[in-house]
Amino acid sequence: MISRRQFVKNGAAAFTISFAAPAFLSDLARAQGAASRNLVVLALAGGNDGLSTLVPYTDPFYYSRRPTLAIPAGTVLQVGSDVNGKPLGLHPRLTGLRNVFNAGKLAFIQRVGYQNSSRSHFTGTDIWSVGEPPASQGSGWLGRYLSTLGPLDPLAAWTTTGDTPHSMLASGVGVAAVSNVNSFAFSSPNSGTEAALERTYATAIASHVPVNVPHLSFVASTVQGAMQTLDRVATVGTYAPSVTYPNTGLGSALRMVAGAMAKSIGTKVFFVQTGGFDTHASQDTNGTNGAYYRLMATLDDGLSAFYNDLRNQNLINDTLVLTFSEFGRRISENGSAGTDHGAASVMMAMGGLARGGIYGTSADLNPNGNPTLENASGDVTYENDFRSCYARVIDNWLGGDSVSLLGGNFKKPSLNFV
Amino acid sequence: MADDSIAHLLRRAGFGASSDDLAIFNNLSYNQAVDRLLNYDSIPDDVDSKIGQVGFMGTTSNGAFSPNTVVNDARQRWLFRMVHTNRPLQEKMTLFWHNYFATGYTKVAGAGSQDGTRLMAAKQSEDPRGQRGQIEMLRANALGSLNNLLNLIATDPAMVIWLDGNTNTKNAPQENFGRELMELFSRGVGFYTEQDVYAAARVFTGWNLRITRGAADGDNTYSFIYNANQHETAPKTFSFPIYSDGSATIQTRSASAGQQDGLDLINALSRHPETARRVSQKLYDFFVSETIPAPPGFIDQLATVYLQNGSNIKPVLQTIFTSPYFTDPAVYYSRYSWPIEFVVKSIKETGWTGLSAQSALTPLVNMGQQLLEPPDVAGWDLGQSWFSTGKMLARMNFASTLASNQKLRLGTAAQPAKGSAQAVLNFMLSKLTPANASDMYGDLLAYTASGTWTGSDTQLQTRASGLAHLILGSAEYQLV
Repeated sequence: MISRRQFVKNGAAAFTISFAAPAFLSDLARAQGAASRNLVVLALAGGNDGLSTLVPYTDPFYYSRRPTLAIPAGTVLQVGSDVNGKPLGLHPRLTGLRNVFNAGKLAFIQRVGYQNSSRSHFTGTDIWSVGEPPASQGSGWLGRYLSTLGPLDPLAAWTTTGDTPHSMLASGVGVAAVSNVNSFAFSSPNSGTEAALERTYATAIASHVPVNVPHLSFVASTVQGAMQTLDRVATVGTYAPSVTYPNTGLGSALRMVAGAMAKSIGTKVFFVQTGGFDTHASQDTNGTNGAYYRLMATLDDGLSAFYNDLRNQNLINDTLVLTFSEFGRRISENGSAGTDHGAASVMMAMGGLARGGIYGTSADLNPNGNPTLENASGDVTYENDFRSCYARVIDNWLGGDSVSLLGGNFKKPSLNFV
Repeated sequence: MADDSIAHLLRRAGFGASSDDLAIFNNLSYNQAVDRLLNYDSIPDDVDSKIGQVGFMGTTSNGAFSPNTVVNDARQRWLFRMVHTNRPLQEKMTLFWHNYFATGYTKVAGAGSQDGTRLMAAKQSEDPRGQRGQIEMLRANALGSLNNLLNLIATDPAMVIWLDGNTNTKNAPQENFGRELMELFSRGVGFYTEQDVYAAARVFTGWNLRITRGAADGDNTYSFIYNANQHETAPKTFSFPIYSDGSATIQTRSASAGQQDGLDLINALSRHPETARRVSQKLYDFFVSETIPAPPGFIDQLATVYLQNGSNIKPVLQTIFTSPYFTDPAVYYSRYSWPIEFVVKSIKETGWTGLSAQSALTPLVNMGQQLLEPPDVAGWDLGQSWFSTGKMLARMNFASTLASNQKLRLGTAAQPAKGSAQAVLNFMLSKLTPANASDMYGDLLAYTASGTWTGSDTQLQTRASGLAHLILGSAEYQLV
């Protein structure tokens, strides 16, 4: 089987070559600038209601099953239709992302999920992180990719959350967790040469990694990683973005990611998270101060600032953003004007080399047992295995081997969003 | 220094030992120490009365200290309790339950910051409307039965808000609480089905909230109410037994009697062997070790104690603390300290005079553990997850903040050792307890002796505080 991947430098297509000869290929990729390519995985924590992100605004059952939460057809931002001709529109607050979509740099992949979708936040997140459903334990898919890159720089993987995400966990993979570059500094009760002396000895003490006590050696390695990365991370604090980022957690995180890219820190995979998507009650998709409306505002303002900044910095072609959420939500709204845990949802892929558009087909929301629904027609059932999306990113963006990393061939040629 | 086994016990059943703690526990045998920790009802619960007194850690507020209505003051009060309590196991188990029934202030405070703080942390005796915060409820029942705790948490106003029980109605059952009750509070993932979630949601229809409005935020009264009009009365069938005869169905009863549905479900869940094993495993991980697996049969032994004692936690803890698996030196320092454990142990060992609890609040956020704000209902990610580079640096920087704050006092305390760098190092290692000082001893000594040793006041202050920074910030100190 021949798959094709494209190496592009500075926005100009260089050439395409076949999937064969992986060693040669990876050298070539580096020569062509692929080494600076990075992936930003954005988690929408809580279970994003995909039907409110990408709205099937002509489906009568969308309106009948969501009497208070449905978004009026007149207010959605039309983005065309799926291959079956079903019209789709973005949430009205996603105006910035609609511009990116219109520029052809934003893809929506519909009905992404897996068989027997977990409705547990924690198991669901673990399953998406591991990438081998139904397994919820084991190494993460990003961690496994990183572990194929050989000896890793301590900043090869960077999470802007405090915790190392499960998706980045793998044996031998250290993850830089830097949520605020300004607090990522070595302080001291003393000053001047005495402070410098403490730093010297803190580094020396951390160099003793007692291999016979694994839990101690783990912490010692973490101290080492911190000491080794202090100075480089400090340079990110001097980054001057070309746009103003919104004053949100997501905005700050993406501003830092852009800084790490602009300062050539060498990070290959970033993990960013924004929460609040567990909208069981008062989901309010339409009011400008509504819960879901504000979620979309945070997402739109953050991602479009990031896109515009990277475009201005000439970095957008090195960048791919991939969003995921642990599950979608129930089709029918509940009595609290919210939605409970559901199954398949929508993923987004954004970047200078992304092939924008609508991928996959929309569900038929008629609760008559049709095959696009599951759970007694309560939830949207998956059409695209999330591993097929991962496979596309691994093979065609990161230059890895999805078959070995995902434990099987999940390539799906129609999902050529990058 | 306490006997090794008692020092270990105090790290696990408490937050380490201050000089005040050592004065008490040095006179006890191991079994007496266990008794004192477990049977704390006989020890006065007067720690709060010491807030603001000389000789104790301070607090800092924007205005009058108001731990019942200002959330950062509530956090300072809890930190103060952990440092100075004479009932350390009570605070330790309150922390355990806070993580187990993890409820976040921010959502609860949707109605207002004062009300949110009251719902999370108000002392009933100090609240003008008698509101009792969730943490106070957990504290009062810290060693009680899980059955009772589940009933209390299901009707706890903060929990009802947190998991949306206030909107669980007959026509549209709300699954949030019912799901987490089975997934996180009792049986665990893999031991319930989606159909069970739907049934549990219906069981708790009508378990709502009554809010009696006052003039403003801080004046409202929140209470649980069973709203019979919103209870769905049809039978509810589960994949596991509800009644002792093995029946898995809660039969139809009148709406007015429908609250019994939830009591029946909670009663069943708390008696299930799956719940017993899950709680026992969590207690093992928290008190014994999360890096050394439980010996074969030990979890089952604990689960049996749990079941034979009507889900009471105290006998389970008694079994743990007196087990040879607990006192085995191999499990010493085999847990990753939670940030709050690290902070409290650091303060207890380094000193607190002139320190404000407030100085630990932002560092705790950076370390990944803001009290009263767990990341989600599953609580904090434990173990290795506490140790990313950023969070480790936050620990090292808190060590620096604490060492800086105590610099003068450490210099004074080290005076008797001023004769040599090594004596000063040994003095500091008599106060601070890393898992093992042997690997870093050479580096610490080289640091202390760097340059010319004069033993001057300035040098003592500099190097003693520098040592506190290096030791508290070392990998070895992060284990408990």
